[in-house]
Amino acid sequence: MDLDKSMIGLTGEVYVFETEKRHIRQFAEAIGDANPLYVDEAHAANTPYGKLIAPPTFPIAIGAEGGGIPIELDARRMLHGEQEFIYHRAISPGDRLYCQMKVADIYEREGKSGVMQFLVLDTYMKDEHGEMVAVSRTNIIYRPLSKKEGQ
Amino acid sequence: MGLAYEELTEGQQLESLVKEPVTKVQLVKYAGASGDLNPLHTDDAFAQSIGMDGVIAHGMLVMGFLGEYVMELAGTTAVPAKFGMRFGAMTKPGDQITCSATVEKMYEEAEGRYVSLALTAEKQPGEVVGSGSATLRFHE
Repeated sequence: MDLDKSMIGLTGEVYVFETEKRHIRQFAEAIGDANPLYVDEAHAANTPYGKLIAPPTFPIAIGAEGGGIPIELDARRMLHGEQEFIYHRAISPGDRLYCQMKVADIYEREGKSGVMQFLVLDTYMKDEHGEMVAVSRTNIIYRPLSKKEGQ
Repeated sequence: MGLAYEELTEGQQLESLVKEPVTKVQLVKYAGASGDLNPLHTDDAFAQSIGMDGVIAHGMLVMGFLGEYVMELAGTTAVPAKFGMRFGAMTKPGDQITCSATVEKMYEEAEGRYVSLALTAEKQPGEVVGSGSATLRFHE
C-alpha cells in the first residue's frame, strides 16, 4: 500500500514518558559521551541548567516508547533518511512528558528508481502544563519494493 | 565552558572530535538505551541473512556522536535550539568517527544571539556517515 496525503494529520495515542536518571546515564554511556551535565549533579547545579539534563538525541528513546500511528506501513520499504530535534528547553530527570506522534507531511520526489515517497513523523513532547519541551521529527524514505522483494 | 560568540566568525572551522572506534558491545548498549532493538545492529547472523557482512551501527548512534560534539561546543555558554542530521554511509564496528563543524551563520534575534553550525561525521576523510546542522542560542 502506498502512502497518500489523506494520512497527513493522523495522530497516535498520547502517552506519558517518565524521564529517569539511570536511563539518561545509560544512554550517554552507550554513546561514550562523558559530559558531566548528564551524570554529575553537583556539576550540573553550578551551570545555567541548574540540574542534570539529557543528551540532545535522548528524545529518540522517548519516541521509541510510544505507540505508532494508525496506518499500516511496510517496514521493508522504510528507510530512516533524516532526523531533527527542536528544543524548547532541556529535558531533566523527573520530567513527566506527554508525548504524541503525528503524521506531519507526506510528499513525493522523483528518484533514480522511480517515484520515492517521504513520510515525516513528528513526536511532540509537552510538560504537564501543556508547554512544549521538544519535538522529534523523523523523515522516512518509503521506497518502492523491487519485483523480487515483492514476491 | 564553551564557545564564545565574540570569538567566532562565519566560515570558521572548529576543532574536530575524534571518537573511539565503534564496538559491538556499544551497539548492544545503544540498542538497550535507545529502544531500537532491530537485530541488524546486534545480530551478525541476522545481518548476514539480509545481505550485510555483519552488524551495522544505528544511524542514531552516529547522531549521538554529533550530539556529544555539539554539547561540547555549546558547553554552558549556549544551548541547542535545533539539531538535525541526514544519514549517509553505513558505520560498522571498528570504524572511527570524526565529528567536524563549520560556523555557517551568526545572527541576532529578540530571544538572543544564534550561531548555526554545519556538521559532518566521517569514518575517513570524505566518507560521510552523517551530515547536518545545529543552531546554538547563546546565553546573555
